[in-house]
Amino acid sequence: MTVSNSTSEHLLEVRNLKKYFPIKGGLMRRTVAEVKALDGVSFSIKKGETLGLVGESGCGKTTTGRTVLRLIPPSGGQVLFEGQDVLKASAGQMRVLRRNMQIVFQDPYASLNPRIPVGQSIAEGLKIHNIGTPKERLDQVAQVLERVGLNSSHMRRFPHEFSGGQRQRIGIARALVMQPKLIVCDEPVSALDVSIQAQVLNLLNDLQKDLGLTYLFIAHNLSVVEHISNRVGVMYLGRMVELSSRDQLFRKPMHPYTKALMSAIPLPDPTIKRDRIILEGDVPSPVNPPSGCRFHPRCWLAQDICKHDDPAFEEKEPGHFVACHFAQG
Amino acid sequence: MAQSDVLLKLKGVKTYFFTDEGTVHAVDGLDFQVRRGETLGIVGESGCGKSVTSMSILRLLGKTGKVIEGEIMFDGENLLDLSEEEMRKIRGNRISMIFQQPTTCLNPVFRIGEQIIEALQIHQGLSGEEANKRTIELLTLVGLPDPVRRMRSFPHEISGGQAQRVMIAMALACNPELLIADEPTTALDVTIQAQILDLMRELREKVNTAIILITHDLGVVAEMAENVMVMYAGRAVEYAPVHALFEAPKHPYTQGLIASTPVLGNVRDELETIPGQVPSLLNPPAGCRFASRCAHRMDQCTQEEPPLIKLEGDRLVRCWLY
Repeated sequence: MTVSNSTSEHLLEVRNLKKYFPIKGGLMRRTVAEVKALDGVSFSIKKGETLGLVGESGCGKTTTGRTVLRLIPPSGGQVLFEGQDVLKASAGQMRVLRRNMQIVFQDPYASLNPRIPVGQSIAEGLKIHNIGTPKERLDQVAQVLERVGLNSSHMRRFPHEFSGGQRQRIGIARALVMQPKLIVCDEPVSALDVSIQAQVLNLLNDLQKDLGLTYLFIAHNLSVVEHISNRVGVMYLGRMVELSSRDQLFRKPMHPYTKALMSAIPLPDPTIKRDRIILEGDVPSPVNPPSGCRFHPRCWLAQDICKHDDPAFEEKEPGHFVACHFAQG
Repeated sequence: MAQSDVLLKLKGVKTYFFTDEGTVHAVDGLDFQVRRGETLGIVGESGCGKSVTSMSILRLLGKTGKVIEGEIMFDGENLLDLSEEEMRKIRGNRISMIFQQPTTCLNPVFRIGEQIIEALQIHQGLSGEEANKRTIELLTLVGLPDPVRRMRSFPHEISGGQAQRVMIAMALACNPELLIADEPTTALDVTIQAQILDLMRELREKVNTAIILITHDLGVVAEMAENVMVMYAGRAVEYAPVHALFEAPKHPYTQGLIASTPVLGNVRDELETIPGQVPSLLNPPAGCRFASRCAHRMDQCTQEEPPLIKLEGDRLVRCWLY
């Protein structure tokens, strides 16, 4: 299931990534079952590109982001950053890698320490990596605050003095100050109001253009992902079910789940009347995922083969990967 | 329009919260009405007062909040004049509500069936057996699979989408004349949201309940509402039939809100933004509350607040441009 060959144009390559979380139970706290949060996910991201990952709660998109950064150890698979295996890196190599791979979290209220001024939060990474003198660090913090649209004097303020949108800018500044190559953005605008969300999305776009950043952009909101991504991967129950360029995916989705997901989104235009595909039931439990294709119990195209055979993640059209026996444009 | 056609009418309602930091002008002079069977959407961003409006109608403001001025006329009766005892008869019976977090609204230690049966016994005086039968009917109506067995489940055993179905069943238990739905699908995944919106549409036709749908999602409003009220910083800034609103938004805030929403299948290089942020409601600015963020600001805007100006086609807008 190799999605792409190792070439230098890929900043990040993820191969067959797995993460099983144990469920402990009983008197001895033995592992009684496993949550298969990620069950063989592969993708790659080119330099300067934004790959969007979408899917509903529990599909494994957040786990993907965290496992790629090795914030949680994976159960199997490979993550190559500029050709180097992140999962096998030593502690020393990891320190260097971490500078290059940063993350912006969803909740700007929970991800900043309320007891220290935001400038100190932003400088913390520099300090840990022994970059610059205290004076130089201060200059860098000032610069990065201006870069994200805040005032350098804001560095002495505490998180509670900022609004949600400003805090998310601080979260971005904290990632940016390390001069990373890759930023994992995990639902960075989900907690924000639309008018503020637009400000932050535009900021992320500008930063990418100016600094050549690469983003792994994780979100549940398809419209946001469509807006910001060059390519998009759709996840369902620990698997990637479709991966393609943005235009191809949104114009010509091939997986029935992607189609249902798109049709389910209410559009802010009352004149549009669409044929909505309403999926029945809920997402099944990742502890006991359905046999064969994981989507088959909710799929209106499902046949017998879908119950038994897990469809391969194949390139149906150039650059358009789908895992479905009956994929059609 | 005959008088009896109007189910709910708010006149100059002001709801303030008295906190240690000062008085929060959460809702600051609100007028609107809901006709029988109508679905009114209320949109706005965090802190615009949309949820406080619903809590004011139901008089569930807690200790710090109070409706200090205005009238809330429900079927010809001012809810603010009722005793707590009389109010309790209206809540859940004639006006009911569904909330954003369905799982936190159910009591975790009681079975789902028991919670609906209790409501039916208290409000409608049904016997245990009648209530039991009606509960099965209601759970079937909201499309909960295997209702007889599900009645015996505890809230933690069902998914968020199913919990919202249970909440809707409970809200409809007494055939309310008005249903207030406060962000009913915000906590749900899109495929589940589609199921719940579909259910609400279906039920609206079956039971002819008026609905106040509170949401921040313009897509949900476009799909569900007949008329829309846009709120900003404790005030209604625009009121219009849903088609007219999306076709030609009049208030600069509504225009900004619509332009800053990314729309599926319509990619733009740069999203429009509304600069700045919502003013503090501790000390709302004089004049128009949107003035500091408005591209069309004139001198008049910061001095005097515009009234709701009547436009053609049942539209109202609070802006000096008109």
